[in-house]
Amino acid sequence: MSATLETGTLLDVNGIAYEAVIGMECHVELKTETKMFCGCPNVFGGEPNTHVCPVCLGMPGALPVPNGLAIEHVLRAGLAFGAEVPAFSKFDRKNYFYPDMPKNYQISQYDLPFTSGGTVTFRLPDGTQRSVRLSRIHLEEDTGKSMHLGSSDGRLSGSTHSLVDFNRAGVPLMECVSEPDLRSAVEAVAYLEALKRTFVALGVSDVKMEEGSLRCDANVSLRPLGSAEYGTKTEIKNMNSFRSVQRAIDSELARQAGVLRAGGRIVQETRGWDESQGTTIVQRSKEQAHDYRYFPDPDLVPFEFTEASVRALRDALGPLPQARVERYVAREGLAVVQAHQLVDTPGVADYYDAAVALTNAPQATVNFVLGELTRLANETGTRIDRSALGPAALAELVGLVEGGTITSKIAKDLIERLWSEGGSPRELVEREGLAQVSDVGAIDALVAEVIAANAKVADDFRAGKEKVMGFLVGQVMKASRGKANPALAEERLRAQLAAQQ
Amino acid sequence: MDGVLDLGVREIAEAVNARRVSAAEIAEAALSRLRERDPHVGAFLTVTEDLAREAARRVDERVAAGERPALAGVPAALKDNLCVTGTRTTCASKILENWIAPYDATAVRRLLDAGILPLGKTNLDEFAMGSSCENSALGVTRNPWDLGRVPGGSSGGSVAAVAARTAAFALGSDTGGSIREPAAFCGVVGFKPTYGRISRYGLIAFASSLDQIGPIANSVADAAVLYETMAGFDPYDATTVAREVEPVSAPLREDLRGVRVGIVKEFALDELDPAVRDVYAQAYRDLERLGAELVEVELPTAEYGVATYYLIAPAECSSNLARFDGMRYGLRVEAADVGATYEATRAAGFGDEVKRRILIGTHALSSGYYDAYYVRAQKARTLIAADFARAFARCDVIACPAAASPAFAFNAKSDPYSMYLMDYYTIPMSLAGLPSLSVPCGYVTPEGAAGPLPLGLELTGPLFAERALLDAANAYETGTRHAAKHAPPPLAEALS
Amino acid sequence: MASADIDVEYVAKLARLALSPAEVERFGAQLGALLDHVKALEALPVADVAATAAVIPGTGTGRADVVRPCLDRETVLRGAPQRQGAYFRVPSILGES
Repeated sequence: MSATLETGTLLDVNGIAYEAVIGMECHVELKTETKMFCGCPNVFGGEPNTHVCPVCLGMPGALPVPNGLAIEHVLRAGLAFGAEVPAFSKFDRKNYFYPDMPKNYQISQYDLPFTSGGTVTFRLPDGTQRSVRLSRIHLEEDTGKSMHLGSSDGRLSGSTHSLVDFNRAGVPLMECVSEPDLRSAVEAVAYLEALKRTFVALGVSDVKMEEGSLRCDANVSLRPLGSAEYGTKTEIKNMNSFRSVQRAIDSELARQAGVLRAGGRIVQETRGWDESQGTTIVQRSKEQAHDYRYFPDPDLVPFEFTEASVRALRDALGPLPQARVERYVAREGLAVVQAHQLVDTPGVADYYDAAVALTNAPQATVNFVLGELTRLANETGTRIDRSALGPAALAELVGLVEGGTITSKIAKDLIERLWSEGGSPRELVEREGLAQVSDVGAIDALVAEVIAANAKVADDFRAGKEKVMGFLVGQVMKASRGKANPALAEERLRAQLAAQQ
Repeated sequence: MDGVLDLGVREIAEAVNARRVSAAEIAEAALSRLRERDPHVGAFLTVTEDLAREAARRVDERVAAGERPALAGVPAALKDNLCVTGTRTTCASKILENWIAPYDATAVRRLLDAGILPLGKTNLDEFAMGSSCENSALGVTRNPWDLGRVPGGSSGGSVAAVAARTAAFALGSDTGGSIREPAAFCGVVGFKPTYGRISRYGLIAFASSLDQIGPIANSVADAAVLYETMAGFDPYDATTVAREVEPVSAPLREDLRGVRVGIVKEFALDELDPAVRDVYAQAYRDLERLGAELVEVELPTAEYGVATYYLIAPAECSSNLARFDGMRYGLRVEAADVGATYEATRAAGFGDEVKRRILIGTHALSSGYYDAYYVRAQKARTLIAADFARAFARCDVIACPAAASPAFAFNAKSDPYSMYLMDYYTIPMSLAGLPSLSVPCGYVTPEGAAGPLPLGLELTGPLFAERALLDAANAYETGTRHAAKHAPPPLAEALS
Repeated sequence: MASADIDVEYVAKLARLALSPAEVERFGAQLGALLDHVKALEALPVADVAATAAVIPGTGTGRADVVRPCLDRETVLRGAPQRQGAYFRVPSILGES
């Protein structure tokens, strides 16, 4: 799958164009009351080692019992992207030793994951549509957390000992692996945002990188544009925000290009992103792969899924956010960034849809929703759809502005009042006489007053200072208490000023 | 009081509920007898006096309030791979030598709720790996029938405690024969139910797809009531079956009319020592005398059982025992860094047999060998299970020796593989998950033995057919009466 | 003498078991002998046989997403070989990947 020249990142290596080839591997903590294989609470934070039991501590004699809701979450997540659910699925043990691993094996899935395949379709900020294939989405358990102490900079190397907290051990983790279909850092971030948008809408995760409920690694390589073979890839870890992901991938692409330009060879290794230095640093060489000795976990009974049950889950998914983004961009002509903002803010897309159904003016409606209404929501801490200004009232207001009945300044004032008090914009306009003044005579009278009161500014304008026009228009608006038709005001100002030369 | 302690499980509970004797009296008498007898046998690693007395106190309270707990005041021994809250639970290993369990195994909890008195934790082969109890790192257990011989394994301590009558029953665990083989060696009844009938939560795992907890007692009827108390779905064990537990403590059958008993062609008796062969031949004749129709059945893949088992069980155990690493509990041998600490801790904490199985199990799962070893063994397992399914189309119960010989002397089997062969007759049933038990069927007195040594008849039923199996076993037992009524002569001698 | 079929040192490393040279040799011989017996499985006709996936036929189900009691921290840390306050303390992880 190759990208168009406009969207992919291309790097020049001694005169040859190389394209970026990126795959993302994400771990998403699922939103459930309890952990994956035991009944301990699945909550962020908490006093260390208090959300633990024999199972998630890997104590002798303890046994895993799978969380049915977590399984349902993964199935729905996969189905949302058109993935396949197999007839038969199971958990496998991935065996390796590490102090944050209570059993020194992780219960995961190897060859029969709960979902495989699927496609994530999304738009880049510039409007380009992209599709990325998923390899699989499977279910596993998270490890505990360790703090490395004794070194001067808190880093692992040089530490003398570590402290381990098992509160996180056993939290259900969804692993999403993409094919290496991404062609730039920007795409990688847009892909992650599409995943997050969908998972949040499905209710399967809160996907908060800052809380660790989304962690991702990037596999990055370069190859000559048009080549079918893959170059050697490096794995990039330790990216803690979407911004880091973008910076880290770009940094690594530049580094690899530099190595290739100098005639060097890319080494397959794991590199950690260092935010402060703005570069990736070798963590360990992947030359020697782990022998994880995967085998089916004998403590867990394999799962069977019938076509009927899968169909029922798929049918019950409900409207998906990426489809909504598509509708906004392709059919209503909104900008991608606007579409994303609508969908990503709880309650807002539904509100917008209800308003647009009445206004039939998507751009005008979205401008108010993402402009004034969003500003008020942030200031007051109230959701747009929970304010007193309902979509029907907004639609009415938009109609009044589009129809020229009121100025946008008046509209702004009305919004402030409707937000907390509710009511009908049309009624308010009539009752308080807020209609826009477009009578030339009335405007001329105001213009004359303003010019007289601002003689110096008027002289400045006549002398050639264009930008003071904004001030003068503002004064006319002020004198009219916001009701003057601003375009007409400006026209009459220019006319009178010219006439008074 | 001595008389009460020699009664069966049901009789003791009945006596306590009828208030002929109190649980407190039984606790004292049992602990006293244990102190007297166990130094000769070495069945117990830990004696839980406080637990026993506290349990007795509660039972007496309940009885006084009008309750009739099913196992009121019954003194019990619990294999030391079972977690009991607050007790030292060691698996007979140095790596858990001082570990205190913070929770109860479900099976134990159900018995405690029924009123048992836990006297202590019994010795076993380390992590249940062995067939003689000689692999214990923490003690030696002797066969009460000949103190110079092994009690069998891995549930050696549990069977010895029951045979010595220091407990009315014991809990063991069986992975490839670890209840049935020692039960045969010590002349007691040992029962392993269908895989999934009794919860494994709190049983420290050896091989997850094979381990089962089971009762060890002096009669089939006692084993039945214990099984019934423990069995049933457990939300803490995903491998337990949500299937009704047929009542098995209603009077069990005493005849075998209409029962087809399968005799396995591949387990021919003429391969055995003549004296042993005669005992089993007589056992088969007794089955017929009791009304059974003997039918020849074939288990052509059974001979591959030991090889199959010694790939699957070690593979699972190599993963199950990875958690013993010195980080969160148990022994830690501190070294420069975590990796060195893991290696030093596990080297010091595990005995040779455990190390061997971890090594071979790791090998069987490792890259390049997984298909040739582990997968192939799981396919052989499918064939073995299919053999049994075909056999059970033609019979209701399969009979065969539980072991090829009686208990052997200490250090007699120094070669690991010769020890593995002790489970030849019990492994195939484990691989197929079938319910299986050993019931005393006679004695032989080999040269050099202290006296008669018990032999056990192994009876096996189809999946979930515990009732039919216990019926057949009860019929055989009541129709032949081989089991001893008191502690065996050598122990009685040692005590006098 | 280690059997050609099992690299005891490699496997011991995977299993985090420190072995002396004498143990490597002794276990190598014993496990080699076991593997010789295991060779017999090669005679079985397993080409069309499915590996046992579950001992008892049945399909897995998930548990309800309802909280169950936790262990109290003191109990948990009391058995720890080393603790530091509310945490398990473990040696330096350097070198362990």
